[in-house]
Amino acid sequence: MFSFLMRRIVYTLPIMLGVALVCFALVHLAPGDPLVSILPPDASQELQAKLMEIYGFNRPYPEQFARWVWRALHGDLGTSIASGRPVSTEVMTAVSNTLRLALFATMIGFIFGSLFGFVAGYFQNSWIDKAASLTSVLGVSVPHYWLGMVLVIIFSSTLMWLPPSGAGPGGSADWHWDWEHMKHLILPAITMSVIPMGIIARTVRALVADILAQEFIVGLRAKGMTNVGIFMHVVKNSAPTALAVMGLQLGYLLGGSILIETVFSWPGTGFLLNAAIFQRDLPLLQGTILVLAMFFVILNLIVDVIQTLLDPRIARS
Amino acid sequence: MMNIAVNPAKVPALVVEKSTGYWKNVGQRFLRDRVAVFAAVIILILFTMAFLGPLLAPYDPFLGSIMKRLKPIGFPGHMLGTDELGRDMLTRLIVGTKLSLFMGITPVVCAFVIGSVIGITAGYAGGIVNTLIMRTIDVFYAFPSVLLAIALSGVLGAGITNSLISLTIVFIPPIARVSESVTTQIRSRDFVDAARASGANAFTIVRVHVLGNVLGPIFVYATSLIAVSMILASGLSFLGLGVKPPEPEWGLMLNTLRTAIYVQPWIAALPGVMIFVTSIAFNLLSDGLRTAMEIKN
Repeated sequence: MFSFLMRRIVYTLPIMLGVALVCFALVHLAPGDPLVSILPPDASQELQAKLMEIYGFNRPYPEQFARWVWRALHGDLGTSIASGRPVSTEVMTAVSNTLRLALFATMIGFIFGSLFGFVAGYFQNSWIDKAASLTSVLGVSVPHYWLGMVLVIIFSSTLMWLPPSGAGPGGSADWHWDWEHMKHLILPAITMSVIPMGIIARTVRALVADILAQEFIVGLRAKGMTNVGIFMHVVKNSAPTALAVMGLQLGYLLGGSILIETVFSWPGTGFLLNAAIFQRDLPLLQGTILVLAMFFVILNLIVDVIQTLLDPRIARS
Repeated sequence: MMNIAVNPAKVPALVVEKSTGYWKNVGQRFLRDRVAVFAAVIILILFTMAFLGPLLAPYDPFLGSIMKRLKPIGFPGHMLGTDELGRDMLTRLIVGTKLSLFMGITPVVCAFVIGSVIGITAGYAGGIVNTLIMRTIDVFYAFPSVLLAIALSGVLGAGITNSLISLTIVFIPPIARVSESVTTQIRSRDFVDAARASGANAFTIVRVHVLGNVLGPIFVYATSLIAVSMILASGLSFLGLGVKPPEPEWGLMLNTLRTAIYVQPWIAALPGVMIFVTSIAFNLLSDGLRTAMEIKN
């Protein structure tokens, strides 16, 4: 077990380095001068050279990469070209907002997804199964940004129950778990929960169907075990995979929230990324993508480790 | 062995019959699946709309009218109302099918070609080549797909070509991974060993023995990605990173109509219905194909 965990962690390191390399390369893929957004069109040669020096754009690529990684390891992701603030501060505020939204959405998705999945898997080919399967197809097919718009139309502009955008009084940095703030979370979280709900429902249905078809279930039934007892066995056997899928979905939501955050003007990473793209703020873009991708890699690692702890057979295979 | 020795003439006939039999069975199973057939019909209708768009549409998709801006659904002469520039919604939804489908399907087709070449190479070669290719793929896997698509198009800049490039890059890793795992399974089968023992070179083995067995599962997987690709491609346009105005495309229409949700909410939501329907149809089609071809995921 220990050696498996060590191997898994060591295996993650080159991936992380690769991810950093891709983030770095992204910026240099960008057509045009990285300073174009802050330099006036009639900037002098000296000014341009000086700024190139300050941002380090005039050094050879391998050196720039090494410096960037070294600084990033120390928590310094550079300075935003547009705002002049440190990228790490901006990203961390945004990440905490996105994380709150994504966690909430994953919870909703997991609860309803596994409920649908369990019912569908238990009553296979009944009408309940068909309804649950249809719901999960709808969940994975819906363009979530459009669903967000529709929810705004229904609950904000027609019924006027919930606010259409923003994160509540105090803006992005001032969050409290009270109703004034919570009501801003509801619509985006529901919108976001639809995708993991569909995927978790599908996975759980397949898992439950698979487990129920196994011989030990027949054995338990023959032994006279009640349905409740068998249900507990099914839950225990399906939990590791279901939790793993949930963890991965949380990662996807963290990185994939940009469209939903745009619809609801939620001050998270998606919003930041959008701003970085349209202002051509390359250090901010680079830093945001790096942090999100690293979150995803680490989350994958954690999911693998937890899954192995819950089900030691994985380490042996 | 015995059979071949006794009656060699029977063998080729048997083989031919079997190979057509599989596809015939697949076709029959698919046609019996009502949901899958329904999805196929919707996709056919969408393709008809894409090819005959301007002929079916009642108006010019680019011609607006200041007097008729944001008219409601059921407005005389405009069945589905008009958009923020007074252009007929029905027309733009129909004509927009072409570009929307093109933006959704092209990246998957490109990624299918490139990804399966990469995956089959890795799977067939094995060893160090496999490790190198698959570890590189793993790095791209470390990015959530939406993030990678948006970051790439953000860096490359808005436009049709750039969106297609970034979405293709997003879909190559998953397709390569599926191709690699299917190829690795096939490679260890006896008939591949037999071919190698008979002196066939790698290229011939891949072409004759591997491709036929792996393309089916990869294809089915790729069809399931079209639904995702439709949503992502429209999403890029929705953010202003894809198709540029005034082209009719569903994602872009959602974007430009967003400001009108307090005036004509249901008109603003219409383009999303088209994306939704298309995406459902491709998901159901892919599920139907998977069942009909008896592929397990």
